[in-house]
Amino acid sequence: MSKILEGLYYSDDHEWVKVLEDDLVLVGVTDFAQAELGDVVFVDLPEEGDEIVKGEEFGAVESVKAASDLVAPISGEVIEVNEELASEPERVNQEPYEAWFLKVKLNDPKELEKLLDHKAYKEEISE
Amino acid sequence: MIQYDKLIFELSREERVGYSLPKSRFNDYSFNDLNEQFLRNEEPYLPEVSELDVLRHFTNISNKNFGIENGFYPLGSCTMKYNPKINEEIASLRGFRRIHPLQPASTVQGALKVYYELQRILSEVSGLHEFTLNSYAGAHGELVGLMIIKKYHQSRQDFKRNKIIIPDSAHGTNPASVVVCGMKVIEISSNKRGRVDLQSLKEAVEGRDDIAGMMLTNPNTLGIFEDDICEITKVIHEAGGLMYYDGANLNALLGKVRPGDMGFDVMHINLHKTFSTPHGGGGPGSGPVGVTKELEPFLPNPRIKKLEDHYYIEENGDAIGRISSYYGNYLVSLRAYVYLLTLGKENIKLVGPYATLNANYIKNALKTAYQLPIDGNCMHEVVFNGLINKDTDIKTLDIAKRLLDYGMHAPTIYFPLLFPQAIMIEPTETESLQTIDAFINIMHKIAIEAKEDPDKLKDAPTKTPIRRTDEVFAAKEMIFSYKDYLTYTEEREQ
Repeated sequence: MSKILEGLYYSDDHEWVKVLEDDLVLVGVTDFAQAELGDVVFVDLPEEGDEIVKGEEFGAVESVKAASDLVAPISGEVIEVNEELASEPERVNQEPYEAWFLKVKLNDPKELEKLLDHKAYKEEISE
Repeated sequence: MIQYDKLIFELSREERVGYSLPKSRFNDYSFNDLNEQFLRNEEPYLPEVSELDVLRHFTNISNKNFGIENGFYPLGSCTMKYNPKINEEIASLRGFRRIHPLQPASTVQGALKVYYELQRILSEVSGLHEFTLNSYAGAHGELVGLMIIKKYHQSRQDFKRNKIIIPDSAHGTNPASVVVCGMKVIEISSNKRGRVDLQSLKEAVEGRDDIAGMMLTNPNTLGIFEDDICEITKVIHEAGGLMYYDGANLNALLGKVRPGDMGFDVMHINLHKTFSTPHGGGGPGSGPVGVTKELEPFLPNPRIKKLEDHYYIEENGDAIGRISSYYGNYLVSLRAYVYLLTLGKENIKLVGPYATLNANYIKNALKTAYQLPIDGNCMHEVVFNGLINKDTDIKTLDIAKRLLDYGMHAPTIYFPLLFPQAIMIEPTETESLQTIDAFINIMHKIAIEAKEDPDKLKDAPTKTPIRRTDEVFAAKEMIFSYKDYLTYTEEREQ
């Protein structure tokens, strides 16, 4: 059974969003996503200062199975990129909720309300 | 030799040679006369071995191989049918082997006749007007086909058409070919029946004047026939685009339905799949491209034509140009020609039906243990989404590896991407009922093992020369040569 944390927001594309303060969030992929992907070997992320747009691709995760696009769960400016993932992409498999991809400053914090909470996400993946 | 795990470099001994060359007579030349930019900085690193070393090395390696001649090879989407030996026998005839593409056409009339007649047969089988055999592989054929589509629009002074529609179930080569050809991809989703969603397609082309065409595989990568095909081709044609048929799955239709009749304008054929030429070692392949009469002038040069009893070579000014140095992989074309003549007009019609029957037989026999995401009849291949029993942590990869222990090649796994635990099985028409039954029994046995003795699957394969490979390491560490390997081990020691 996949691990789902309380207090995070989730997207249909199996990403989590964690609010740090007001409009500052971390973005990563869920335990369910990492299990489906299989062993991750490469993470392709945007650069600091880039804009990401909800519903559009912002990068890709490459596993031994396939390369999958990352779809932005929210819109905003990339404040920081988790550089560790470049050399240790396996952390996405080991600790999906620790291995964040991006720190983003939200354009509109209200966008969070459109995401799933942990209960709704649980239902989503048990379908 | 049971275990053999040497690299040829490890056999190397200084000054050992496997050849004997006469003394060089080129005394008037010196390396020093060469411009410095042409000189190497260091000696090439080559293994120094005897002829016997080389022979044993490669014989031992070849014994580790598994091919269609070792056992069942149901690799979905690859059509691993048996390649009859008569193909090889004819291709090894001196008259075919010892000719050169630059020989005068009058001295190679027989060889040109084979090329010409294969073009004609492929036209008849596919319902398209004219073929070129010059493209070297399926993906090369895709690129050539798209270049023809582009050239067609440009010839009509219509320069804005640069979008190609591709369904989400497509082979990865389709979008790649589009990008290489300098065009852009519009992806459309499949519906619940695993087919092109007609509504999404209509929306995607609505009001646009930049649609160059659509690439489609039929049956698609789920092994399902696109039954809306006539409607699909109509939508694209009305939007001003052309239809491209990816011939990857032509085997299912062979002798029954023709892409030309479904409304396709351009297609490629993978001779190594449908027409029983070798798959091995990445080549040599062959991907002939066929087009409608309207597109014929754009086919690449050189062309082979016939005038009464004489075959000649033609260069056409409207062609997209040359896409190969000469006439493609000629001996591969020859093998396909032999295969077609051996089967004959009547037996070709049985290929698609038997391939389809075999896949459906497997589908029905396995659907009690493996999850069938889309029900209904399949064509030449069937896609399961892992085991029905999802209580174990057994993945498709473990099932595939366990099959190797039973002496069968694994099916294609994790493709198509629509299902996370995809297993794609294509038995082809050349397997007997006994072989297919044996495969079904083993797959059921594996499903039981998954529940009762999952470690057997997690540890698999245990009986192959190489156990489970470290895919993460292979993907992350770029070791392509012995030199890379030495650098890697050195760095690790430090």
